[in-house]
Amino acid sequence: MENDCSLPAGSAPCIDERQFSIMTTGKNKSRIHCADDSLAGAVSQRACVYSGARVVLNPVTDAVHLVHGPIGCASYTWDIRGSLSSDSEMFRQSFSTDLKERDVVFGGEPKLAACIDEIVEKYHPPAIFVYSTCVVGMIGDDIIAVCKEASHRHGIEVIPVESSGFISGNKIVGYRAAGDALLKLIRPKEGETVEKTRKLNYLGEYNLGGEKWLVESYLREMGIEINVAFTGDSTVADLKKAPGACLNLVQCTGSMHWVAMSLDQEYGIPYIDVNFFGAENTAESLRKIASFYGDDEIMRRTEALIEREMKKVRPVIDRYREKLTGKRAAIYVGGAFKALAIIRQLKELGMEVMFTGTQTGKQEDYEQISSIVSEGTVVIDDANPAEIEKFLLEKDVDMMAGGVKERFLAHKLGIGFVDHNHDRKDGLAGFEGAIRFAREVYATTCSPVWERVKKNPFEEVQD
Amino acid sequence: MTDCTVTTRVRQVNENQCHMCMPLGGVVALRGVEHSIALVHGSQGCSTYMRLANVEHFNEPIDIASSSLNEKQTIFGGEANLRKALDNVIRVYQPKVIGIMTSCLAETMGDDIERFIETYKNDREIREIDIIPVSTPSYNGTHTEGFWATTRAVVAYYARPTERHPGINVIVPNISPADIREIKRILDLMGLEYTLLPDYSLTLDRPFGGRYQKIAPGGTSTAGIARMAGAQATIQFGLTCPEPLSPGLFLEQQFGVPLINLPLPIGLDSMDLFVRTLHDLSRRPVPESLVLERGWLCDGMADAHKINAGARPAIYGEPELIYALAKLCMENGSIPAVIASGTQNSGLVGLLQPLLKDALEEPVILEEADFVTIEEAAVRKGANLAIGHSGGRYLTERQGIPGVRVGYPIHDRIGGQRILSVGYTGTLAFLDRFTNTLLEAKHGSYRRLRKEEMLNKKGVSNAKA
Ligand code: SF4
Ligand code: SF4
Repeated sequence: MENDCSLPAGSAPCIDERQFSIMTTGKNKSRIHCADDSLAGAVSQRACVYSGARVVLNPVTDAVHLVHGPIGCASYTWDIRGSLSSDSEMFRQSFSTDLKERDVVFGGEPKLAACIDEIVEKYHPPAIFVYSTCVVGMIGDDIIAVCKEASHRHGIEVIPVESSGFISGNKIVGYRAAGDALLKLIRPKEGETVEKTRKLNYLGEYNLGGEKWLVESYLREMGIEINVAFTGDSTVADLKKAPGACLNLVQCTGSMHWVAMSLDQEYGIPYIDVNFFGAENTAESLRKIASFYGDDEIMRRTEALIEREMKKVRPVIDRYREKLTGKRAAIYVGGAFKALAIIRQLKELGMEVMFTGTQTGKQEDYEQISSIVSEGTVVIDDANPAEIEKFLLEKDVDMMAGGVKERFLAHKLGIGFVDHNHDRKDGLAGFEGAIRFAREVYATTCSPVWERVKKNPFEEVQD
Repeated sequence: MTDCTVTTRVRQVNENQCHMCMPLGGVVALRGVEHSIALVHGSQGCSTYMRLANVEHFNEPIDIASSSLNEKQTIFGGEANLRKALDNVIRVYQPKVIGIMTSCLAETMGDDIERFIETYKNDREIREIDIIPVSTPSYNGTHTEGFWATTRAVVAYYARPTERHPGINVIVPNISPADIREIKRILDLMGLEYTLLPDYSLTLDRPFGGRYQKIAPGGTSTAGIARMAGAQATIQFGLTCPEPLSPGLFLEQQFGVPLINLPLPIGLDSMDLFVRTLHDLSRRPVPESLVLERGWLCDGMADAHKINAGARPAIYGEPELIYALAKLCMENGSIPAVIASGTQNSGLVGLLQPLLKDALEEPVILEEADFVTIEEAAVRKGANLAIGHSGGRYLTERQGIPGVRVGYPIHDRIGGQRILSVGYTGTLAFLDRFTNTLLEAKHGSYRRLRKEEMLNKKGVSNAKA
């Protein structure tokens, strides 16, 4: 097996202009350039503004999500996330205005209006999110006007999401567009009031594989109710009750901080950061929430829950740590929030993190990452496959955590892989998620497959 | 055949797409050219999505570059970004061939790609890298058209007047790498010299082991493509290929290479036709081993014919494949309930009509279909099998119609790249999957269903005394 170096002679894996997007902890103190747009030709892993917006809004289960653009933007995003719903499955339908050449030439507004009419007639949804895509941005369709008119015509919410992908390759811009749309949706109409409660909102939770339900079960045991999650298993009616919460939990820093700040300003709801990836993080987060309520009974129940669950988690982690200690890991995931959580869990499992990066981290995130990994770890923003490959080999990595685009590269190099992305079908949150994660890391890192496939028993005898 | 004339979707909105976008098909076709890489001229998102779709289908690392257009370039034109993208791609991948597919955005901007490439090549004094532009606006076509357009562009780029030679050209549509390998094996068995295009049988299905290379080894050589102009004939599995996009027709019109358009060799009749054609071209006898394979297929068809007669499949996907599958069903006594394609203008309806004219049941034929329409038709017509790519998953999940995966793209099963359905052997493998899926459904439910039908809740016969 000659996987040690895969570079054809003379080719450069790293493009000069990308050198500021890569740093090695302990070596250069320069700032990482993570807010840059993706570089042309570099096979960026980033998606687009539209995809960022769609991730955030998609789990609003009873809304119609209508993609205004040519067909592909919708086909690629149809039902690709494992968000679960307790009721409506509307959100899993993929609606596209399917723009054709004549629409591109003469404008897509009439077709958009017609599509909205058809949808309302067939489904009577409480809300329609209309996403703009690159071509729509380019031809200058006024989707705000079309949505407003349709909203009047049908008496339902038709909300434009300004997510033309080319505004920036960065998903964060899309998160922001989605946040805007959500704030618009929940703002009480004139004369309406939303009753204040002791419940909390859970921001940045998409109920992938039922993660929202799991956290909800913990909170209920503690004596706390979730008002609504943004947006896992939410409905339009639930979301409109959001201003009635007394606290916002923010998970996933990339998409929801800005919304939390706006909710604080507009409705005076404070927020705290939580993180349910990993047992330690989960315990810490639950304590944080309990102490916000400052109620002895809640505190007592919380401690009881943590103790009971930790008793289940610890022996599992210990067992796998024996096998995994000293193994080398790489991380490449969507946001820094996840990267941080994974680093922590891998360290609990005794592994060393050799290489870490995200598609959309912010400067502060990278500083935080640098501070918890050991010296010599490569930190990289918006890595391209050539760079990932280079570092996987150079750092002799045993396992990588990333998204599906990296999975087969890892496999081809004979390296284990854990999927840590939005398209997962089973959740990784909470105590049971920590157990599942540990099990998966072990199964892939120590798989009996690797030692076999890397051998060539016929080396001497093949022709 | 009243129902058979249902053609295009009547609604404006497309709900649950049955097709993908045009550059995606181009990217697949281009991987069939040796030392090539695809660059999508457009915004970053499109190419990331195309990578994702292909990675999930082929279970392979697949790199697709992007010119990463953003707002500025939509005003000033995309030339600078395209040049930068070319610089970087050449530097990192060292390709010999770069295919530039245009996304909808680039097409809408109206960038003059041909001119960009020319100035770029002159400025950079690049001679040894071929840069081939393909116009692929998705508002004009699906991934199917993108596949054909790219294959045709590649042929048009390389084919030169060449001396006549006895070799043949074989042009394939979007089929699996395993299918391509099987077609090559049959060509070898028949002793023919050939150039098969696009040959992504290795590039999109790499064996483990050996040194990892950024551009996967394999693919049709450009020298081979150049020689296609002198072949004795072209076999193209492209009955549904629109004429302006047809690579085989191009070779015929430009270089006088006779075009033989055949259905994909799936099913006994179509495979026989393929073998007969190869025999006519090579004048070689059909080898014993192939006759044996045919015999095993016939044996399998005989053994399963009564079970298959009960199949009412909904077949959906790219027109070339579903036409071949519809033929296979008919020759096994199964009349499809629904035959549907997301594509328009493939001539599918005209092709199917003679095939179905004596059928006792009437299938619904849909062109430019979405899955809401397909689902509705499948339920109405009592479909009991769903045959096609992952887009049809709700037929199973929501309607309980058992599925057989074939086609492109497949992301809810592993191994899309090695689904084999062509040749006698491949047909038999497909037919067994088909029959066994029916049997599995039957064995899983027939006791309960019969009981529910005949007895009341107390277990006593429903019949009135
Ligand atoms: S803009 Fe066009 S090329 Fe890009 S994803 Fe959408 S349909 Fe495909
Ligand atoms: S066209 Fe724009 S919105 Fe659509 S997929 Fe491409 S980058 Fe995203």
